[in-house]
Amino acid sequence: MIVGRREAWTGRLLLVLLMAITVMPFVSLFVTALHPSGSYPPGLEWPRDPHWGNFAEAFRAAHMGELLKSSTLIVLGVVPVSLLLGTLAGFAIGHLRMAGRNLAFLTFVLGLTLPFEGIITPLYYQVRDMGLLNTRWAIILPLIGLFMPFAVFWMRAHFVNMPEELSESARIDGANVWQLFWRVHVPLAMPALSSLGILLFLWTWNQFLLAIVLVDDPMKRTMSGALGAFQGQWGTDIPLLSAGSLLILAPTLVIFMIFQRRFVTALLQGSLKG
Amino acid sequence: MKKRSPAPAAGLRTPSWVGWLFVAPALAVYAVFVLRPIVLTFQYSLYRWDGIGPSTWAGLDNYVKVFTDPDLFDSILNAVKLIVFFSAIPVLLGLAIASTIRRIATSRLALVARTVLFLPQVIPLVAAGIAWSWLLSSNGLVNQVFSHLGLGGVTRAWLGDFSTALPAVGVIGAWVLLGLCTILLLAGLSKIDPAVYEAARMDGAGPLREFFSITVPSLRQEIGVCVTVTVIAALASFDIVFIATQGGPGNSTMVPGLEIYYLAFSERQVGMASALAVVLMVLVLACALPVQWLTKDRSS
Repeated sequence: MIVGRREAWTGRLLLVLLMAITVMPFVSLFVTALHPSGSYPPGLEWPRDPHWGNFAEAFRAAHMGELLKSSTLIVLGVVPVSLLLGTLAGFAIGHLRMAGRNLAFLTFVLGLTLPFEGIITPLYYQVRDMGLLNTRWAIILPLIGLFMPFAVFWMRAHFVNMPEELSESARIDGANVWQLFWRVHVPLAMPALSSLGILLFLWTWNQFLLAIVLVDDPMKRTMSGALGAFQGQWGTDIPLLSAGSLLILAPTLVIFMIFQRRFVTALLQGSLKG
Repeated sequence: MKKRSPAPAAGLRTPSWVGWLFVAPALAVYAVFVLRPIVLTFQYSLYRWDGIGPSTWAGLDNYVKVFTDPDLFDSILNAVKLIVFFSAIPVLLGLAIASTIRRIATSRLALVARTVLFLPQVIPLVAAGIAWSWLLSSNGLVNQVFSHLGLGGVTRAWLGDFSTALPAVGVIGAWVLLGLCTILLLAGLSKIDPAVYEAARMDGAGPLREFFSITVPSLRQEIGVCVTVTVIAALASFDIVFIATQGGPGNSTMVPGLEIYYLAFSERQVGMASALAVVLMVLVLACALPVQWLTKDRSS
């Protein structure tokens, strides 16, 4: 069919164009990063003498090693606990269906659309009074709380569709609720859990507002927060800033490339459910 | 909707208090780090407080100020204007693109595209802000392209110009969200039976008719999701603006999120910051709830 073929070609052209626009900022960053440090290179121009050393210099200037460690510690503090608490609550609301579950669910859902800026002011004073300001706990603990609506929402959606017969047969075999949860339901929830884990990792790693408000020392922040500080410090040295930005977004890119398929599915489901 | 199995026999049912025990830890962190701060934001918003000394009762003064002070109110207006870029452009363009590439949705190219178009969702918004600040600078690629097209007259520092700074910030947001919307909508399209399109074509429907009579109605739920996600991203924008313009030049790209940050942590007007925060939270809910309600799939 001629019409069909022409449509397919317009489609392909459009896709390629769209991909080009998506990739352009990265290409521009990359090319700029190769220009001599301190220069002000024009838009997109391959340098006559590429300065690959800029990456090494940015690595040092941004203290990338320490940053990676800090972000990893924060992720390790946030993600496993959020997964555990979200699963426990989602299991109770979606599967045990105790009295008052709707109230509990509604309370969590209330927080789904909450902009973080809405509560950042009292959060600052609260974290200060707890003596946690300028520690990684200042990011970890509030983030766990802020992730609860989505985590509970997500895990409930999984458990609501688990057949009751599953639990019944386990109970007849003498399992109590705790065993039922750990031996039967958690293993079955692995796909939902891993998608949720990916999303929470991403949102923690990229968290900016909490990092700049609650932690002064860029070395104790998330990658994103540290990048903000890096821009403040090196904002005038465009090639170095570009190299630093690329280095700082490299870890997420690498992890994205490895877990590509899971990522895309998780993000798709995540926004559909959210 | 799947049929739920009936409640188990009474003897096997877990007592309710056990269920609440499972919910308790999540509820506890949520209460301490989210619910309590929400309540406190309301409380702060009724006082005048510099964050250090004693606070004085202000009643609704802070709210009156939010709606009458041009600087504060402009930040809300700017956020609403950003919806055009963060929401309208990605959703409409995404719809157009998704329906054009519907036929090749399963090709290898489309699979690669799925990954590439997700990149903006994966990187920190801060990095997107930095990259685009550079693209939109007076020496940047955008101006280079305009010059090559013989439009040297329009080139400028897009983020530094009073008349173009806000749209330029909007373009960054559109770039971040367009891929997500396109792919979400494409995923929705792939669920529509191709026979429906063939039947329409047999009846002589053109592409435009097809689009409005089949594509848009079947994608109601996906469109709802896109609109909700992008509108919230526009109203609650912070990272991109903070990096690209810091609210400037003047106040031309100030948004509520950034204004709250400045008021609370630079200008020490905690009460005012909190009143604006309450307005922002209410605004987000007021936009998200109707969209959810309108696009809910009632057939299931």
